[in-house]
Amino acid sequence: MIKKSSLGKVVAGVAVLAMTSLISPISAIANDIKPAVIFDMGGKFDKSFNEGVWEGVKKFTEETGIEVMEFEVTNETQREQAMRRMVERGATIVLGVGFAQADAISKVSAENPDTLFSIIDVGWLDAPNLRQYVFKEHEGSYLVGVAAAHASQTNKVGFVGGMDIPLIRKFACGYVGGVKSVTASADVFQNMTGPTPSAWNDPAKGAELTRSQIDRGADVVYHAAGGTGLGVIQAAADSGKLAIGVDSNQNGLAPGSVLTSMLKRVDVAAYETFMDAKNGNFSSGVTVLGVAEGGVDWALDDNNASLVTDKIKSAVEAARSDILSGKVVVHNYESDSSCPY
Amino acid sequence: MMAELWLQFVLALDATIRMSTPLIFCAMAGIFSERSGIIDISLEGKMLLSAFAAASLAALTGSAMIGLVGAIIISVLFSLLHGFACITHKGNQVVSGLAINILASGLTVTIGFAIFSQGGQTPFLGREQRFMPLELPFIEVIESLPIIGPSLGVIYSEVISGHNILVWLAFLAVIVTGYVLFRTTFGLRLRAVGEKPEAVDTAGVSVSWMRYKAVIIAGILCGMAGAYLSVAHGGGFVREMTAGKGYIALAAMIFGNWRPVPVLLACLMFGFLEAIAARLQGVDLPVIGQVSTDLILVLPYVLTVILLAGFVGKAVPPRAIGVPYAKER
Repeated sequence: MIKKSSLGKVVAGVAVLAMTSLISPISAIANDIKPAVIFDMGGKFDKSFNEGVWEGVKKFTEETGIEVMEFEVTNETQREQAMRRMVERGATIVLGVGFAQADAISKVSAENPDTLFSIIDVGWLDAPNLRQYVFKEHEGSYLVGVAAAHASQTNKVGFVGGMDIPLIRKFACGYVGGVKSVTASADVFQNMTGPTPSAWNDPAKGAELTRSQIDRGADVVYHAAGGTGLGVIQAAADSGKLAIGVDSNQNGLAPGSVLTSMLKRVDVAAYETFMDAKNGNFSSGVTVLGVAEGGVDWALDDNNASLVTDKIKSAVEAARSDILSGKVVVHNYESDSSCPY
Repeated sequence: MMAELWLQFVLALDATIRMSTPLIFCAMAGIFSERSGIIDISLEGKMLLSAFAAASLAALTGSAMIGLVGAIIISVLFSLLHGFACITHKGNQVVSGLAINILASGLTVTIGFAIFSQGGQTPFLGREQRFMPLELPFIEVIESLPIIGPSLGVIYSEVISGHNILVWLAFLAVIVTGYVLFRTTFGLRLRAVGEKPEAVDTAGVSVSWMRYKAVIIAGILCGMAGAYLSVAHGGGFVREMTAGKGYIALAAMIFGNWRPVPVLLACLMFGFLEAIAARLQGVDLPVIGQVSTDLILVLPYVLTVILLAGFVGKAVPPRAIGVPYAKER
């Protein structure tokens, strides 16, 4: 199942490598690093989280010509095994994607102190050879909340979460904060799909929850629900209302019906991990990416250009600069398990 | 306030019909299969396979109709596989059904990976690749009726109108099932092979062929259920998207004692519970306050257990169910 990038890319990579070796002697270091990435369930073209990581990996390969070993996990038992195999195959830096790989990476990183590890969406582990990335999803959700409040005509908006876990409540809380910062009296309907992992893959339920919110008057619905979210976007589009995507840019899923997407720039994390390892700047510990670091953002492209009015655009940009200047501090649900908005 | 509550109740009924449709198709499929003596726990797997087939074909060809036809073909093929194992080779029917469910769960994701490289999902389907809701005429006429007009109008426009063609087919399937099983010679023979296959055999009717016909019909109905999930109610395939609906349908079938109308009512009840669970989350009800949605979500299962434990009559399965028929020589 180990996949390599297409032959063309390899050839191009080798060519670039050859050229850089002519120009500078630094390429000697480049030969020493052997990066690997373990994509999680969903696969690298999931139009979401994993695809974001893949974008970052691609950028790294294009810029440095260093090929990245890849593995796509298709069931829970493969994570640890895949990581071990990467180390056996000589990987010097292994990137894990998603909190589900936390246990595996914590075990494998302890066993292989000479290999570097990095993981996205985990912030509670501790190892000298492990870097962890955490995102300030509440800040990104705040931004799209501001957009939702301005786009709503009924002053009622919705949120559909996947599995009911603190991380998803963090999205919800930031979103409510953003909405209420614009319209204090606005109603925000919140639904969680369920208490089990199947809540990430139930688009029918997602669609039904969205319809119930629309029936109660919501006209913009934000989702943080993985595959279930496709049902949210589709139900909003069917009813002529707006949806807000999450993780990667989902504006193109239903052009004209997706107001914007809350971007989690996992590509930045992937690119930075490999770049730092290549340049010898790798550091362990927890790296937090928020609005200030370009880690979370909102999506603006051709698909939603007609939906995002100048008013929305300036309001979101104002909110962003408020967060940057510290004038607005978005509450992090995970810090105290409560939402003040 | 009352008007608002009434509207919410009507909208919940509308959601009930949407949520019940796949259950109805599957439960009718189950009736055909089990009435002929073949246990069918592969409803879930066949529904998943056909949901995948429908979404893939709709995505590749751009036609929901081709998707539906493909879904039915795939589902019938797996029904025949089930039949081949259980009827021709007299295998264990539960094991065969379970095997199909496991196969479906893995196969859909693997093939989905290979064709679309989107983590086992199919691409998002646009409006023209799906069965869209049909708005019925005469809404204005009904709304303008004196006295009962407004409330009848809201029921008509919200609950009855605005469903896609497959929803109508599901209700039609109940009528057809009832008619075929209890009003035709074919139905009489089908029920007979499930009760006393020796008698049918003595009368010169092939038990195997009758049972094959029953599982083929079950396959067709399951195919429609799957297509409903991925190209009508939903807009694409997502791994494990049936989320246990096949088992709920099986429960509804047992609940309704293998009879079409009671089974329909059981499906509607399960659909209603699911619909209100989605709607009651985080809503303050008068007097009661907030209701825990976990409690509502667990209701269908608890109800099934309680009712099957004998509080509401006894479920009497067809006598020869699960028993392969060995022709005497």
